[in-house]
Order: sequence, then structure tokens, then C-alpha cells
Amino acid sequence: MTLATATRRSVKQAPGRGGDRRPVDHGAWFLVLPALIPILVLSVGPLLYGIALAFTDSQSGRTAATQWIGVLNFQDLLHDTLFWDSFRIGLLWAVGVTVPQFVLALGLALLLNQELRFRWLARALAIVPWAMPEVVVGMMWRLVYNPDAGILNETLRDLGLGDGRDWLSGLGTALPAVIVVGVWAGMPQTTVALLAGLQNTPRELHEAAAMDGAGAWRRFLTVTWPALRPVALAITALNFIWNFNSFALVYVLTNGGPGGRTRLPMLFAYEEAFRYGQFGYAAAMGCVMVAVISVILAVYLVGRLRGDENA
Amino acid sequence: MKTGKGTRTGQYLALLAYLVFLAFPFLWLISTAFKPASELASLHPTWIPKDPTLANFRQAFDEQPLLRAALNSLLAALGAAVIAVLIATPMAYVMARHRTLPAKAATGWVVVSQAFPFVLVIIPLFLVLKNLRLINSLPGLTMVYVVWALPFALWMLVGYVRAVPAELEEAAAVDGAGRMRTLVSITAPLLVPGIVATALFTFISAWNEFFFALVLLKTPEKQTLPVVLTHFIGAEGAADLGPLAAAAFLATLPSLVIFAIIQKRITGGMLAGAVKS
Repeated sequence: MTLATATRRSVKQAPGRGGDRRPVDHGAWFLVLPALIPILVLSVGPLLYGIALAFTDSQSGRTAATQWIGVLNFQDLLHDTLFWDSFRIGLLWAVGVTVPQFVLALGLALLLNQELRFRWLARALAIVPWAMPEVVVGMMWRLVYNPDAGILNETLRDLGLGDGRDWLSGLGTALPAVIVVGVWAGMPQTTVALLAGLQNTPRELHEAAAMDGAGAWRRFLTVTWPALRPVALAITALNFIWNFNSFALVYVLTNGGPGGRTRLPMLFAYEEAFRYGQFGYAAAMGCVMVAVISVILAVYLVGRLRGDENA
Repeated sequence: MKTGKGTRTGQYLALLAYLVFLAFPFLWLISTAFKPASELASLHPTWIPKDPTLANFRQAFDEQPLLRAALNSLLAALGAAVIAVLIATPMAYVMARHRTLPAKAATGWVVVSQAFPFVLVIIPLFLVLKNLRLINSLPGLTMVYVVWALPFALWMLVGYVRAVPAELEEAAAVDGAGRMRTLVSITAPLLVPGIVATALFTFISAWNEFFFALVLLKTPEKQTLPVVLTHFIGAEGAADLGPLAAAAFLATLPSLVIFAIIQKRITGGMLAGAVKS
């Protein structure tokens, strides 16, 4: 029996990838169960339980039984201006991080795709933020932003651009300052994904377009971007969700301050649940976060996919 | 491809700008970690410590139980990596090779699970683990890490399984090898590098994780490294910069080393997952 005949057989049997047409294999269940059970018990179950909690008055440390209270939590949330402030900040933060992150990462990916010297160094450095614990990234940038001993103010002083300021404590500067950190921290994943997408674009198409006299910008629009689009779409959508749900970075940088100016929804929900013990109320917040994110993403994805059809 | 000289210069300038943006916070962290207190107090900080010292490292270990915390992190991350890979590999195999209902459901779950805010999962988990008396315990945290890391582990592993030609398995099957034999003697050896990369990536994710550890671990002797690190930031946000930088630098080293080793493989795994599914 040779590999060649086996290949021929498999081609006949399975036109799709690796055997779509095989009969249902009950043995597969034994392979799936070891992972499926923990997933159901510790992930899907808690998720459903969490949604149910949103309709109760569950509190930590209370002795009386938890009561079913219907949509009362959601009604309260509607009038909770602090929550909607944090929601607005969360959206600002998610867009403020995701968009520059994408633009910068695309630029870096295009550069790293060129035959440049020192690109190995940039490749290596571009990975560093990915490997660092978010807590460390936050602490590191606190050192950078430190009003007296920080490198940012020192550089500004050296350049004669004023005395510098306390970036993380200023009402107007805190959110932009944490957004810069968010962009820095998320650059690697985006760059790596886009670079991978770039390496999938056919080189011959590029060369053909160049022969036809297409400039760099034209080549990007007609050859690179269409090939990159699926990856770009996926990574932008994921980045938006991850950023909207992020916690550790801002917890370490400002803990939501000053005056709630950087209080992301996750920070708010965390405090509500684990400082004030309002489990039901915090769960309702989580539900609203999921619902709004789903709607935004659906609109975004449908819009982009339509764009693909028209293109 | 032809590139103009001006374009090249522009490209190098852009690359330089990226290098500065990416590198300077990290260099500043290292520089701060080795500065003596006198230099840190000066109003004009220096880039390179004039009088480098290890005093910050000593002080960091004196102030917080860093060794204990690192050991806790190591145990939780190691446990999570080993268990996650052990249970994810067979499932990833099924997801890659079959289009059965459990495989489809799992793929859907992998995608959806990226979207929910952890607070929605951690509150019920907190209640469940409390009833099981697994709050403030490393086994409890490890269990959470296993499930939390599974989506990306599956994502990576499915890519590695697909990279193994199904024809190899079919050839073995035709030769009369049973299903388990085929898996163990043909597929598994080819998957080992991918499994190791996935385990290391899971390890780093768990080593770096903060939110679950913050919620689940209450006492300092149980806390993991990221949680203990935040104790260097005082209640009013004031901090002893030198020890803070030293501890932060040390906590990053293991991840950086492991990441340097598996970097290419993660990229490959991400690629496989992103492009093929």
C-alpha cells in the first residue's frame, strides 16, 4: 500500500477538507468530552447563570435568599448616569484604541514586509508588548508618565515644551494618556495578523501591477488591500471587543480616575460586584455590555461585507 | 520591485519612529530598575543610570512576597498549560477532521467566547467556587484558567492538526492500523511541536493574567505575581518607583524568554486559525 493510492482514494471520497463525507463517528465523542465537560460546567453554565443573575437581587454576603426581581436591575441601569458615563468612556476608549492601532499596525506591517535592514529588530520589539503582563505594561507607563521622574516630561522639558504635567491625573489628559498605552499594548497582535495577511498576497500580482505602471498607492488599493481585507476585518472586530472589555491596563494606570474619567465599563462592573457586592446589578451591566457590543459588531460586519460585494 | 531612493529613506525614518515608540517605555523601565534612590529623586532623570545598583531588587523582595507569588504563578500557569493541552488536543483533532455537531458547536463557542465581558462569567463562577470552597485557592484559579485558555488553545491546535495531511492517516488506516494506533503512532508525533507551542502560550497567558486572580485570590500568600505587583502601587497612587520597576522587570523576564522561543509558531497558529476557518 502506497501513499499515492491512499491519496487518490481520499480525493475520491472527500472532496472537501479532510473528510466531510465520512459517516458520523461516534468515537469522536470520547475525544471531545474531556474538553467539552469543563467548557459546559465552567464557561457556558456560568454564562447562562450570569444572565439569570441579572434578573435577581443577588448580593454577596447576604444571608436572606436571592429573589427574582424581573427587569428591575435593567430599569435601574437605565437611570444610572454613572454607568452610561462609563459606557460612553468605554466606547471612546475602544474606538480611540482600535483605530490608531490598526493604522499604526498596518504601517508597521507594510514596512516589515519590505526588504529593510534592522527589520528583525523591529519584529523582535513589536513582540515585546505582547509578552508582557498587562499589569507590568501599566506600571511601566506609569513610570513614563510620572510627573517628576518620568521620561515623557523630561523629554518635553529638554525640548523646551513647558514644564510637563501629571498626565494620568489631569481631567483632560487621563483618557488620551491611557489610550496611548492601549494602542502600544495591542500593536503586536494587530501587526502580526496583518503581516500574515500581507504575506498571503500573491507577489506576481504586485509585480504585474508594477509593470503596468501602477504606483505604490495604486498597487496598495488594487492588490494589497483586497487580499488583506478579510484579516483586517477580523482583527479590527476582535480588537474592538477586547478593548471594550479590557480591565487590567486601566486598573493599574488610573483605577478609573481622575473623577471617573477613565472608568471603563469593566472597572465599573468590577467595583459594583466585588467592592459593593451587587452581584445581580453587575451581571445586568455585563448583559447590557454584551448586547450593545453584539449590535455594534453586527452593524459593522454587515456594512463591511456589503462593501465587499460592491467592490 | 523597484523602489526610489527617497522612498527608502522615508521607510527607514518610519521604521526608526516605530522602533522608538515600541522600545522607549521598556528601556525606561529597565533604566528605572537600576537607578539608586538619589537619582530617582532628582528632578532631571537620566536615561542611563550613572550609578547603577541592585538595591531596588533587594528592596522589592523585602517589601512584597515576590518569590512566593512567583511560585503561585508558576503552579497555576503550569497546571493550566498541561491540563488545557491534554484536553484540547483530542477535541481540536475532531474539530479539524470532522464536521460533526460537537465540532461545529465547539467552533461556534470559540468565536462567541471572545465577546463576553469576563464580569458576566466571574460572578457566577465566584458563587460556584465559593460553594465548592475553591475561593482563594490555586486549584480553583487553575480550573478557571484552563477553561479561559481553551478557546485560543483550540484555535491554535486546529491549525496544527490541519497542517498534518489527512492522507497520512488514511494510508495508515488502509494498512490496517486502528483509529487509536493511527492517532498515536502517525498523527501525535507530528503534532508535538504544535502542542508544545500551545502549552507555552497558555502558560504565558496564565502567568500574565490579572482579573480572575484579583477576584479569586484574597490572601497575600495565595496571590499570583501580577496581583502582588499591584501592591507596589500605594493606595493614593504613590509608589516607590525603584522597587516597582525592579519587580515589574523581573515579572516580565520569563514571558519574554518563552515568547522569544515560540514567537514564530504562535504566528503560524494564528495564521492557520485566521485564514482557514
